Amino acid sequence: MSGLDMIRSAVGNTFRSKTRTILTVLAIFIGAFTLALTSGVGTGINRYIDTTVSSIGSNDIMVVTRTAENTSDGPAKYEPDTRNVASQTASPGTTVRAITTGELDDIAGVSGVTSVDPALAIRPDYVEYNGGTQYQVSFAGFPGGTKLNLAAGADPAPGTSKHEVAIPVEYVDALGFTSDSDAVGKTVTFGVTDQTGGSTTIDATIVGVAQPGLVGTSSLTANDSLTKALYDAQSVGLSDASKNSYASVTVHFDPSDSDAQISTIKGDLKALGYDATTVKDQIGLFKTIIDAIVLVLNGFAVIALVAAGFGIVNTLLMSVQERTREIGLMKAMGMGGGRVFGLFSLEAVFIGFLGSAIGVIGAILAGTALNGVLANGLLSALPGLSLIAFDPAPIAVIILVVMSIAFLAGTIPALRAARQDPIESLRYE
Amino acid sequence: MPVPVLAARDVKKSYGRGAARFDALKGVSIDIEEGESISIVGKSGSGKSTLMHLLALLDKPSTGAVELSGRDAGALGGRVLNRTRNQTFGFVFQQFFLTPNTSVLDNVTLPLRIAGVSGAERRRRGMEALERLELADKAKNKATDLSGGQKQRVVIARALVNEPRVIFADEPTGNLDTATGAVVEEILFDLNRRTGITLIVVTHDEDLAAKTDRSVFIRDGLIVDRSGENA
Repeated sequence: MSGLDMIRSAVGNTFRSKTRTILTVLAIFIGAFTLALTSGVGTGINRYIDTTVSSIGSNDIMVVTRTAENTSDGPAKYEPDTRNVASQTASPGTTVRAITTGELDDIAGVSGVTSVDPALAIRPDYVEYNGGTQYQVSFAGFPGGTKLNLAAGADPAPGTSKHEVAIPVEYVDALGFTSDSDAVGKTVTFGVTDQTGGSTTIDATIVGVAQPGLVGTSSLTANDSLTKALYDAQSVGLSDASKNSYASVTVHFDPSDSDAQISTIKGDLKALGYDATTVKDQIGLFKTIIDAIVLVLNGFAVIALVAAGFGIVNTLLMSVQERTREIGLMKAMGMGGGRVFGLFSLEAVFIGFLGSAIGVIGAILAGTALNGVLANGLLSALPGLSLIAFDPAPIAVIILVVMSIAFLAGTIPALRAARQDPIESLRYE
Repeated sequence: MPVPVLAARDVKKSYGRGAARFDALKGVSIDIEEGESISIVGKSGSGKSTLMHLLALLDKPSTGAVELSGRDAGALGGRVLNRTRNQTFGFVFQQFFLTPNTSVLDNVTLPLRIAGVSGAERRRRGMEALERLELADKAKNKATDLSGGQKQRVVIARALVNEPRVIFADEPTGNLDTATGAVVEEILFDLNRRTGITLIVVTHDEDLAAKTDRSVFIRDGLIVDRSGENA
């Protein structure tokens, strides 16, 4: 029997007992539907993370902090000439030993590091436009080179002496602008109180309006010259040593560095007593968590599919039973056992294909409908997030996985059919 | 002397072992010439069906040999054996073994499908076989919608479609009334006379057996003469 005939016969046989086939397909449909939907959630969230990655930072920087002292053998000894600053990464209130100016040079000396910028913690009191209402502000502690998810304008440019700032969408109305694009180009004023209690103001130009993202939904983003100006203003009255103590610094490296080169840089920094985290590491953590959750959900779907697999075994065993005579006849007429096995396996695979294809299509339809509902409801605060997204590759993988589960389930009945003795099958008394 | 198309050489076949051992055939030799019609006659349990299964290469003898055109069939491997059965033999069973819910044409072309013949060729030869049995107008009907006589004619068409050298007919008229049975018998003997297909009829019906060129009587696993004495 030729391959095409085998497939045609298998497909034809599948529909001979329609009710039974439909019920089995339904069981697989449920599993495949769930699997497609859960992996769709994974794809959707990861895709959203990828598009908002750039608002967290660019791909040629790592954030360097001092490695925490090992306190398992009691508290660390105080060393003179060291300072503590509020930690930016550990729990609130925690302090870490600061990185000082002299140590910046050590970090800059590490091979592969192109430049070092201390992360300046800036905390202006307010922002106002044209003498209007003053609003509280916070700045995202994101390092330079950041790319924002912009509603209007451009990213604040590094390396210029101009003071540039990007504001989140929610400040547009509050500050009295008529639209996102209206705000671009306008000058806002930041008020800063220094360490002696004196107040100063610093002007900056709005160059961009940022969409809220996964992080920093209400933070402003300043370019390096504005950051420096604000930091200098708030540090008036501090000793140089205090001013030049940083909880973390940003290290730039060549964006074309390979993963191996990056890990060498990390290793060298580790040897100096610093922990380095690239943007990829931070995103990686997000993704690892999302992937783990999706994996658990997929696990449930796979359990449903395994149950459906037993449905296939059952269906085909009944089919083999019913078609004993037919199998016997085909074998008497010279059909080999391998071909008989193939015929029933193909039938199982086809049932698996039907169930998974319909399940995946159903999941895509349901996911699209659900996205529409969620975008206007629960998730309206996160524009651009479609919770459920579908990529061709995972969809194809799901269909293939279901088909192979079906094939495995089909082997038991198919073997039974293949081993059937034609004489026994054709006996009648 | 021509080489017999099928021959059994002192064939024995037993099932089970020890106390449960049952000897279905106790040493049978038979020569079947190309083009003859022969009946294997015996009661139920005589061993006639076992002999047919051995001659049709569906089973292997415990001892002895079955020869196909003078060559020992026991030496054939699985694949060759399957192909030989497909190309050399046609089967007509008492119970028709038609696949339900499948068209008459598809039923008839089953041996060709197994042989891997292409769709168009299959259709042509299937229709040809159906025309010979005056069933061409029923080609698209479901096999289960036919009368008993029509079904048996479909079965004969199926046995013929691969142009076999030998047709095995196991109680071909057992399920038919006398008139229809007579028609089916006529078709089988006509095929044998006109196309020279070797016809092997297995039956307990002595009237049917009498219409073949010669009859072989089997009782308790041995060939006997007509009166029942050991031959």
